[in-house]
Amino acid sequence: MAQFGEQTASGHLHVSPESKAPYDADVLAQLRADAETIIARYPVPRSALLPMLHLVQSVDGYITGRGIAVCAEMLDLTLAEVSAVATFYTQYKRHPNGEYTVGVCTNTLCAIMGGDEIWQSVSEHLGIGHDETTADGKITLERIECNAACDYAPVVMTNWEFFDNQTPESTVQLVDDLRAGKDVTPTRGPNKVCTFKQTSRLLAGFNDGLADEGVSAGPASTEGTRLARAKGWVAPGDDAPQANEEVHP
Amino acid sequence: MSTTLTPILTKTWGEDRSWTLESYERTQQGYQGLRAALGRERDDLVQALKDSGLRGRGGAGFPTGMKWGFLPPDDGKPRYLVVNADESEPGTCKDIPLMMANPQVLIEGVAITSFAIRCNHAFIYLRGEVAHVYRRLLRAVEEAYAAGHLGKNIHGSGFDLDVTVHAGAGAYICGEETALLDSLEGRRGQPRLKPPFPAVAGLYSRPTVVNNVESIASVPGIALHGADWFGSMGTEKSKGFGIFSLSGHVKRPGQYEAPMGITLRELIDMAGGMRDPEKALKFWTPGGSSTPIFTAEHLDVPLDFDSVASAGSMLGTRALQIFDETVSVVRAVSRWTDFYMHESCGKCTPCREGTWWLSQILHRIEAGQGLQEDIDKLLDICDNILGRAFCALGDGATSPITSAIQYFREEFEAGMHTPAAELFPPAASTLFGSKESVSA
Ligand SMILES: Cc1cc2nc3c(=O)[nH]c(=O)nc-3n(C[C@H](O)[C@H](O)[C@H](O)COP(=O)(O)O)c2cc1C
Ligand code: SF4
Repeated sequence: MAQFGEQTASGHLHVSPESKAPYDADVLAQLRADAETIIARYPVPRSALLPMLHLVQSVDGYITGRGIAVCAEMLDLTLAEVSAVATFYTQYKRHPNGEYTVGVCTNTLCAIMGGDEIWQSVSEHLGIGHDETTADGKITLERIECNAACDYAPVVMTNWEFFDNQTPESTVQLVDDLRAGKDVTPTRGPNKVCTFKQTSRLLAGFNDGLADEGVSAGPASTEGTRLARAKGWVAPGDDAPQANEEVHP
Repeated sequence: MSTTLTPILTKTWGEDRSWTLESYERTQQGYQGLRAALGRERDDLVQALKDSGLRGRGGAGFPTGMKWGFLPPDDGKPRYLVVNADESEPGTCKDIPLMMANPQVLIEGVAITSFAIRCNHAFIYLRGEVAHVYRRLLRAVEEAYAAGHLGKNIHGSGFDLDVTVHAGAGAYICGEETALLDSLEGRRGQPRLKPPFPAVAGLYSRPTVVNNVESIASVPGIALHGADWFGSMGTEKSKGFGIFSLSGHVKRPGQYEAPMGITLRELIDMAGGMRDPEKALKFWTPGGSSTPIFTAEHLDVPLDFDSVASAGSMLGTRALQIFDETVSVVRAVSRWTDFYMHESCGKCTPCREGTWWLSQILHRIEAGQGLQEDIDKLLDICDNILGRAFCALGDGATSPITSAIQYFREEFEAGMHTPAAELFPPAASTLFGSKESVSA
């Protein structure tokens, strides 16, 4: 972790006053009810903390002071204990996040396959840098680490859905579409990308019912499977299929 | 070519709705392994895993059956299975497509393993940055409950099992098994001192087995077809099959499920060769960025645990990142080092401070502004991290650096006067750059 918190010169973690403003009663009631559901999944309540922080982001769009307070109170932790956890993980945002997080992988393999060029184009196009948000509140741009999709490099994630084999042009188009309010479809994911708050609710463990949308696997994931089928290769005990050579022209 | 692919876990990937229980039961004898296992003695199952020779697929290659056998005798109190689905090691990209296309094989593996080790509550710790995979897992668990494969008194056996799928929140270190346990307990993900090992005091200080996704997904096949079936593939000491992930400068990057011991030469051939036959292979990682790099001289090293170790690296996660001669090794290593610096959890000084210094030095070498003593300084810092860091992240951070200096020292020396981008113009390495040059 290169940086711990948004710290003031005196070293204090900065929590803005508006992020401490109390929740409306109905919002709070729902938040607490959802949090109870999460806590019930675990033998020990504290295990609920990570999903509860995702839940806070689903309501507030980032980790707020009031969200930290609710987690602390419900799990019998101190504010410092909750803050320590919230500042450790990169998915927890310390200031209001855009409606869409666009993450460009710039770890070695993606960077070399074009991630650096993508990052540069989209950052210039939007006029923002890492962990910054466009003035319209639509897009937060991030440099991300390896997202386990190296066979689709260069990879861009939008609210943690896969956009495989991207180019600078496709990514600029992606952010333009998002800013224009158009639906965008991930390469491997649901029919359209959810908002940051919706995705955060999913990550809190609330199934959004979209599992049956999208592909089973992308083309790179099935290269070996298709090659084996074309060559008639099987695992021991499996019947050899008819070799069919249609797979790779 | 002697070795052929063995589609097992990957067999139905890409088929219509392959992630559903219906598809799994229809096409893969789904949950037959569980039914067979429930009729057996638990100790027999552990023995079968030992006999199969399965070694952990999460990187370290520890024998899975032996790990299960380390649990202390049942004292009637809870014990846990935690599946490590944090997949974040640079280059590693097998568990994520597995859980997207075939989550049921993992859930069946969880059920069989839990039965074998007397666990009634299992957890799958998934990295948080893969929303659709989380949906597929949540759905798979729902379907398995509805069909009676999970829950109370599974198939009349008297065995109860609950499964919780838990999403992390972005931190590579949470893949380290004890950091994962701390994270799952709602803490900062920092490694624990070992011993005690998780088998003795793991989740909530109770006996716990932590296994990788692919390890657990390999269990149903062993339960159904037997240890001999599994051992008929692979090599003497690295039995069975594994998913080999090719990325980078090959024609068809992707997932290739093959017996352990296949070579990179064979795999590149299967992947259609290098993306541009004019451009030679320069360096590659056998098992992710934490494993020392190899070069063209290692094309015929059998990719099994022992052969790769004898050749000076580690099989790791079979994350084969392929770089051709257009790529600056200094740029590659410098970027990996940024990753380790960013992901260092800060618990121990050699890694927290060392990765920062390594990154500073590599940046100036990459910029062509390296100082005369920089190579020695890099090696000295690596020497102070390797074996002195609290966990294997620190050790891993040194692997790319020391191995790259071993094979390409002259490129680091060139960094005393010439920027890497001048020696190796980045545009020549990109996917789209190469497409343009092909069509031009
Ligand atoms: C920094 C670090 C990251 C790791 N990341 C993962 C991971 O993402 N997935 C995984 O299965 N193992 C990972 N491991 C290895 C685990 O500590 C552990 O060995 C493994 O989960 C055991 O499962 P296995 O025996 O089935 O391989 C990591 C280790 C280290 C040191
Ligand atoms: S080696 Fe690095 S990641 Fe591991 S405990 Fe030390 S500081 Fe943390």
